[in-house]
Amino acid sequence: MKFLHKHPKLMQFALLLVVFLILCAVVIPSETNVFWRFPSLFAGLPGTINAFAEYLMYDWMLIEIYDPELEEFEESALIKELTRGFSRGVLFCIDLIREILLGGVKTIVAFTSWDFIKENKWAVWPALPWTVVAGGAVILGYALRGKGLALLAGLATGYIAIFGQWVPAMETLSFVLVAAPVSCVLGLFLGSVAYKSSAAEVILKPLLNVAQTMPHFSYLIPVMVFFGVGDHAGAIATIIFATPPMIRLTLLGLKRVSPEVVEAGMMSGCNDIQMMFRVLIPTARRDILIGINQVIMQCLAMAVIASFIGAKGLGFNLLLALNQLRIGQALELGICIVLIAVVLDKLSLAWAHKQTDYFADSGFLQRNKYRSLFLLLLVTAIVFTFFGKVLFADGINYFYLIPHNKGITTELFWQAGVDWMVDNWYQGLQIFNTGLIVGVLMPMKAAYLGMPVIATFVLVMGVGYILGGLRSAIIVGGFLMFIALTEWWDRALITAYMTSFGVMVSAFIGITVGSLCAQNSFATKVILLVCDTFQTFPSFIYLIPVIMLFGVTDTSVLIAVIVYATIPATRYTVEGLSSVPATLHDAGSMSGVNRLQRWLKIEIPLAFPHIMLGINQTVVFALFMVIIGAMIGTDDLGQYILKALSDKNGIGNGLVLGLCVAFIGLAVDHLIHTWADQQKEALDLA
Amino acid sequence: MSSQNAPDLATKPVIKCDSVYKIFGENAKKILTQSNGQVDAKTFSNAGCVVGVNNASFEVHKGEILVVMGLSGSGKSTLLRCISRLTAATAGNIFIDGQDLLAMNSKQLIELRRNKMGMVFQNFGLLPHKTVLENIAFPLQVKGLGTQESVNRAFEMVELVGLDGRENYFPRQLSGGQQQRVGIARSLAVEPDIWFLDEPFSALDPLIRKEMQDEFLRLQGVLNKTILFVTHDFNEALRLADRIAIMKDGVIEQLDTPANIVLKPATEYVRKFTEEVPREKVLKIGAVMDPAVDASKLGSLKVSQDAIIQTVAEAILTEPKHVEVVNEAGDVVGSIHAGKVIKMLFGNVNSSENDG
Repeated sequence: MKFLHKHPKLMQFALLLVVFLILCAVVIPSETNVFWRFPSLFAGLPGTINAFAEYLMYDWMLIEIYDPELEEFEESALIKELTRGFSRGVLFCIDLIREILLGGVKTIVAFTSWDFIKENKWAVWPALPWTVVAGGAVILGYALRGKGLALLAGLATGYIAIFGQWVPAMETLSFVLVAAPVSCVLGLFLGSVAYKSSAAEVILKPLLNVAQTMPHFSYLIPVMVFFGVGDHAGAIATIIFATPPMIRLTLLGLKRVSPEVVEAGMMSGCNDIQMMFRVLIPTARRDILIGINQVIMQCLAMAVIASFIGAKGLGFNLLLALNQLRIGQALELGICIVLIAVVLDKLSLAWAHKQTDYFADSGFLQRNKYRSLFLLLLVTAIVFTFFGKVLFADGINYFYLIPHNKGITTELFWQAGVDWMVDNWYQGLQIFNTGLIVGVLMPMKAAYLGMPVIATFVLVMGVGYILGGLRSAIIVGGFLMFIALTEWWDRALITAYMTSFGVMVSAFIGITVGSLCAQNSFATKVILLVCDTFQTFPSFIYLIPVIMLFGVTDTSVLIAVIVYATIPATRYTVEGLSSVPATLHDAGSMSGVNRLQRWLKIEIPLAFPHIMLGINQTVVFALFMVIIGAMIGTDDLGQYILKALSDKNGIGNGLVLGLCVAFIGLAVDHLIHTWADQQKEALDLA
Repeated sequence: MSSQNAPDLATKPVIKCDSVYKIFGENAKKILTQSNGQVDAKTFSNAGCVVGVNNASFEVHKGEILVVMGLSGSGKSTLLRCISRLTAATAGNIFIDGQDLLAMNSKQLIELRRNKMGMVFQNFGLLPHKTVLENIAFPLQVKGLGTQESVNRAFEMVELVGLDGRENYFPRQLSGGQQQRVGIARSLAVEPDIWFLDEPFSALDPLIRKEMQDEFLRLQGVLNKTILFVTHDFNEALRLADRIAIMKDGVIEQLDTPANIVLKPATEYVRKFTEEVPREKVLKIGAVMDPAVDASKLGSLKVSQDAIIQTVAEAILTEPKHVEVVNEAGDVVGSIHAGKVIKMLFGNVNSSENDG
């Protein structure tokens, strides 16, 4: 009793649980019972959205457009023309970069016409030999950072070329090189606007929240409707997906700039523009660079997903390989994506940290040494390429481009590995797999589906009420209500079950590993490095090894979820524990605590709010992965989003389904943040 | 008052504040008009406002060091920020060289800051992404000077504050004292007439602080700026100031020379500060001397009126006769006797003014 008095909230939670269980037992499962399942009042919503999108696209704001081919004016909708123009612009940029890297005629066509190309056979832009691009990357790496980065860039480009993935890799690169800068600039711009004007911040905040919890797939459908299919659509979807974190981090960074630095800038006589570009943004560069890093990661994660709407490149090939269960092939492609991500990330970081030496008294050659070096490289490589034409008898010039069927491949090795594993471990894995599915997953799924809707509401809103009062209860209730009124409540429950299973396991592993590693400063460094590295991997990559081991089952998805979602749990645990002030450790030691007591009584309570924020991230990561898992067959919301993708009128379904997923994430996010903020205030950590 | 840089009281003041108020809160302006300038902290806090500066009026003359001293929350930094217009004053007038500061548009303000003002911050406010040299060159580059020119000028400043050899370091690679030297160099790079220092040495260790105060006095000896210096350290104020303004709850309690503040505290609050002050270390002979006496009573010893008591105390105390006090031209301005010095140091603190 005393215990309950000390912790009044526990009492409330217990009471809530009792009510929840009673409701579960009492409510009769029947389609007509409102307390069992709410009627899907929102069933018409997707249709309305479809109609609205169609109206926007074809009937809203009609304008006269001159058609040069028919030589007459035509009526067309404003939005359609705008999106078309935008698509053309993006496509032109992608083609330009792509053709510099791979050769082609589209850019020339853009300035002339197809007829011109037909008449002038010589008018083809030749591809740069791969040696030039690889060498260029090495020089760039050396110029920006030094030998280490040069080596990394060299190895990465070398790997890509020698393994015969040059063409898809350059296709992916061309699309990333358009999407990433656009996202960065757009994010920087919107972030600065939000910093300057609180009205803009108020508008942007909820949009960012939704945008960051919407699954990747949901973006694809509206983009497809408004921008069509192709590389540009992929790039646009990527931009939409990658910009929100950039905005958020820009805003965060700008807000963290110390007021004294701002004042110093003002007293130095900066005008608004100088203030923004020479004081605020450079001072906030730490957060902004994390933003750029996130953008690059998102771009490459989207490389795979964007291939659904026609983006060519590594992602498309990876998807194909996965579908054909060619694990080795998928692995090699995955490594290519990771390498591009890592190299771009490191190059952008190095570029941002670049320093100028004002006192270097240097001649022309010294000042232009990297440019001259590149020129030299270009000439030598071209000479070599011509030389290669003669050297290689089979008509393939390896100095120019290594085609994908002529590159080295380790596919057979991996295939053999998979076969070996299947031969030797099949029994064991199968027992584990079946055991997990039958013993844990199926009952859990059944339990989730067996919840009457009223009980779910009582539980979630009750938790909201206990943690954050009436306001929280209403907010989470609102999120849930939206989902409950669509026709996908059952699907959402399945998503919730997979996510919560993944989160529980991830949190357990993450907190355990994090706590162990935080005891030792070397281990801390190592684990943070591991987290960094794993975070650079696009989410899709995680599916490859699990399919290898478990085939296409729920288990595969869940294991991928767990691996992916453990990263934030671990990272935040380590960060939270190592930010506990040293004086408290000393105070603990002088009070005679042992290690376990120190961990339990000092470290964990103080770090817990931060750890909970990690759990929040874990939930978001897990949700994303569950949805991506639809690729290898699940029966939750993700599967329906995937279906909407191939549906002509999918925009309504896709958006509503995406919102359902986003709202699950936002409800959890709200509860955890409310609680963590309270805890932080109570512990005076804010 | 330091005699070599005697402020020029005859000319127009460089900074002139006239009933300046700064009140934080939404309806501050309205409530202030209603209250007719009679600001009572309680009524304002009831209305959700906080009083920062309450009816501040004073002038700072060319070459003068005015130190604004007060504890945290006394409004001293707010006052400084009103005068640099980093925050907008709620009411009152501020004139810089006769120009109405509050009437300036942002363009004029930027011009003013680029040419006439320099400011040093408590936590240095250095740009973390720029080297020492770049930080110092920053105001020049913002002004539109070419790279070479600004770098050359910045390098002169590096030498002036004694950081040569570290010009390519980043702020994070420097100690606190060195960082503040960068802050000082940056604030002086554009050769401003007016120099604002906001608790510049408060974040430094005591020994470094002393060293930086010496450095500050040395620089002022060379540059002769008009200075507004904010501090919470009374001893620092006494050491550096030509005049001190002591603030409490936004009100200037007393504005006077260090000697007068120590010898004639205007309010109980000011007196509390002066109690612990080692007088022999802050007072000058000129502040405690008696009128000149007959030549017959004088010994052979002469002291300057600007000498700090401590530095000449031994000589005066071992001299049985009265000691002649002279100004820097050598003219006799008064006399002092050992008994007076003893009374000054060990006598009843409050009675000293009656003896004078």
